[in-house]
Amino acid sequence: MHAVLKMIAQRLALGALTLIVVSIVIFSATELLPGDLASAILGQAATPETLAAMRAQLGLNDPAPVRYWAWLTGAIQGDFGVSLATRRPIADMIDARLGNTLFLALYAAALAVPLALVLGVLAALWRNSIFDRMANAGALSAISFPEFFVAYILVLWLAQSGYFPSMVRLTPATSFGDKLYMSFLPALTLTLVVTAHMMRMTRAAIINLMAQPFIEMARLKGASPLRIVLRHALPNALAPIINVIALNLAYLITGVVVVEVVFVYPGLGQLMVDSVAKRDIAVVQAIALIFASAYVLLNLTADVLSTLTNPRLMKRG
Amino acid sequence: MNNTTNRQGVTRRGLMQGAAALGAAGLILPASMRKAKAEPQRGGTFRVGIGHGSSTDSLDPGLWDNLYVQVFAAARHNQLIEVDNEGQLIPEIAESWDSDDGATWVFTIREGVTFHSGKTVTPEDVLASLNHHRGDESTSAIKTFFDPVTDIRVDGRNIVVTLNAPNGDFPYLMSDYHLAIMPETDGKIDPTSFDGCGPYIVESYEPGVQASLDRNPNYWKSDRAHFDRVEILSIVDSTARLNALMTGGVDTIDQVDPATIGMLEARGTANILSIPGNAHYVFPMDSRVGPFSDNNVRLALKYAIDREDMVEKILGGHGAVSNDNPIGPANRYFHADMEAKTFDPDRARYHLREAGMDSLDVTLHVADAAFSGAVDAGALFAETAAQCGINIDLVREPNDGYWDNVWMQKPFVASYWGGRAVEDQMLTTGYASGSSWNDSFWEHERFNELLVQARSEIDEDLRREMYHELQEIVSFEGSVIIPMNNNYVMATALNVATPERVSANWNLDGFRCVERWWFT
Repeated sequence: MHAVLKMIAQRLALGALTLIVVSIVIFSATELLPGDLASAILGQAATPETLAAMRAQLGLNDPAPVRYWAWLTGAIQGDFGVSLATRRPIADMIDARLGNTLFLALYAAALAVPLALVLGVLAALWRNSIFDRMANAGALSAISFPEFFVAYILVLWLAQSGYFPSMVRLTPATSFGDKLYMSFLPALTLTLVVTAHMMRMTRAAIINLMAQPFIEMARLKGASPLRIVLRHALPNALAPIINVIALNLAYLITGVVVVEVVFVYPGLGQLMVDSVAKRDIAVVQAIALIFASAYVLLNLTADVLSTLTNPRLMKRG
Repeated sequence: MNNTTNRQGVTRRGLMQGAAALGAAGLILPASMRKAKAEPQRGGTFRVGIGHGSSTDSLDPGLWDNLYVQVFAAARHNQLIEVDNEGQLIPEIAESWDSDDGATWVFTIREGVTFHSGKTVTPEDVLASLNHHRGDESTSAIKTFFDPVTDIRVDGRNIVVTLNAPNGDFPYLMSDYHLAIMPETDGKIDPTSFDGCGPYIVESYEPGVQASLDRNPNYWKSDRAHFDRVEILSIVDSTARLNALMTGGVDTIDQVDPATIGMLEARGTANILSIPGNAHYVFPMDSRVGPFSDNNVRLALKYAIDREDMVEKILGGHGAVSNDNPIGPANRYFHADMEAKTFDPDRARYHLREAGMDSLDVTLHVADAAFSGAVDAGALFAETAAQCGINIDLVREPNDGYWDNVWMQKPFVASYWGGRAVEDQMLTTGYASGSSWNDSFWEHERFNELLVQARSEIDEDLRREMYHELQEIVSFEGSVIIPMNNNYVMATALNVATPERVSANWNLDGFRCVERWWFT
């Protein structure tokens, strides 16, 4: 048990270090964007005088390291400051959006993960059968189309016929059932996009294990194929499967901008795009940091879980 | 102060002609809508999906810049003066206005109007609302409007504005959408407040997503604000916007993609409103640098563009050919009889020879940020210009940062104008020497003189002549190519009714669809 805690502590420290490095990268990258916030806010209306007035108002005249330090110390205390463009507290702006994004990600994961596992296990079990080929072909076609195309096909079939809305409108008053109903199409789009990856990894990991001597032993003892897969192969295949699930979950949180645009879904991705366009650096940095944290945390969790499921990795850790 | 005569003088002077020009431009309404003359009815929740809006939208009136915030502002605020659906000025918070010499303007503030908070609208509120856009500290986009203003003061029920020179069109500037009347505290308005005296009261607002508003029960206009509730949604993706209309998610959308209009019409589930106005797409050339400093080169380029083809292919027919004229058919002094430029390779080559050239190489910088279809328009231009011995090297720029790094930075670019209700406002902002938006850096002595003269000219006919000459100068000696006027194209559900004439001064009925439209 002590070894486990030590391992987790080590990973956490490494994760924190990664985040610090990431924060420096994020800050430098936003500095390199062309134009600055003042000119972006004023757009076509910018004149030298209004620009100067706006820059002074926004405190854009401080040197970069000073602004970085102020930002980092604030962010660590959970205070991202106020949006430069709207003067609203960034925490408020992100709050509802982050909730929406997490809801959609979990919704899609709740559909995709079981689906991928079942399909993957069955495909491994009935390797090279018609079912295997169909599942593979279906999943590969879904992943091969761009997301917006999958989304528009679903809108054509399921929204224009009136079964589901093409537009997601979430308010704090929306009930959970309504939320599930309205977000079904974006969740389904994401499910179609991420299932193939997880399913094929599950299938490959299990097939790989099926050639191992201990499976051969189980088979000789007369265990049924389903029992062999579920009891003997699957637990040993968990490490790579957990990794790919974590990776896809991270994608569901950070990479769904296109889906958000098509379904007018008020998530974090859209907020990030808007903020980049307006050079609202403070918001961009906050969201980038949240996205980076989601990646680091999920990978950390995957790491810890796959180590726990594999005693051999444990010893090395 | 001779209130009545002067006020009528101002409103009537030439405005009827403006309306006539608007009528002549013609409104393309579906037959079913033209017949609908039913009285407006109260009730319902009107949902409008707008192709703009961002989570960084500001509540500060000086920073309003896109259609979403403009419609949202018109739903909760009033201005001093309104431009009605015929293009005429009508009283709003100013119940009348008047000037003896065109340099001192007196606006009488309407009594008994209240803000949503219950506070009465006073001349002090108006003063603070105007002052928000003035002075060194102001970041307002319309700060330049107030450059000629030497003083604004309260005098009883009146606001008195003093200008450094006469300007008969000054009241038009007071109808600008930035000039929302908001309550003051200590002489200043709170630029983050929703409080206004307009038709709807904000219930909730999430920038870049949606706003919900309830009808203002105390609204002073009894014949407006027909909906019980209004929801304004930001749907930036044009396909998503169309889907929202077709699946009944919204009742009206703006900026319908020209490619989909035919499909929408064939389905018969929506009405298309295609409103010709003053909006136009432009290609400014930096007149300070070669080869654009030579007017013959500029003329060669003007004859090397196929305007008809542009309107057909880029606007899908929803627009009109422009003769390099920033003044549009909805303006009262629009010069319709100017010699029309057509695609003419011989003439283009002639002007090249006059400039001492056999062929011409120029670089055109475009991005769809300038206007939707700008990249295609550039390609089309390059193709026709090639037939005239002009080689246009098309450079596609990123949308991001276009207004900072390309517009007014590179010598030959694409851009757009929303058009202006007043000739002087349009020509002064875009073409006068030294104006911050003179994006071709153009200097023309005669033009600059005439512009100042026309501004204070009282004689109607003389004034028209002056504005006609100004348009000719811009068209034939200006440094901006203006190939087309783009229509405002909107689509509404079949149960949405509009007044017979929809405003042409801005999109969505001059931003006021939520106040003027109703459900049948």
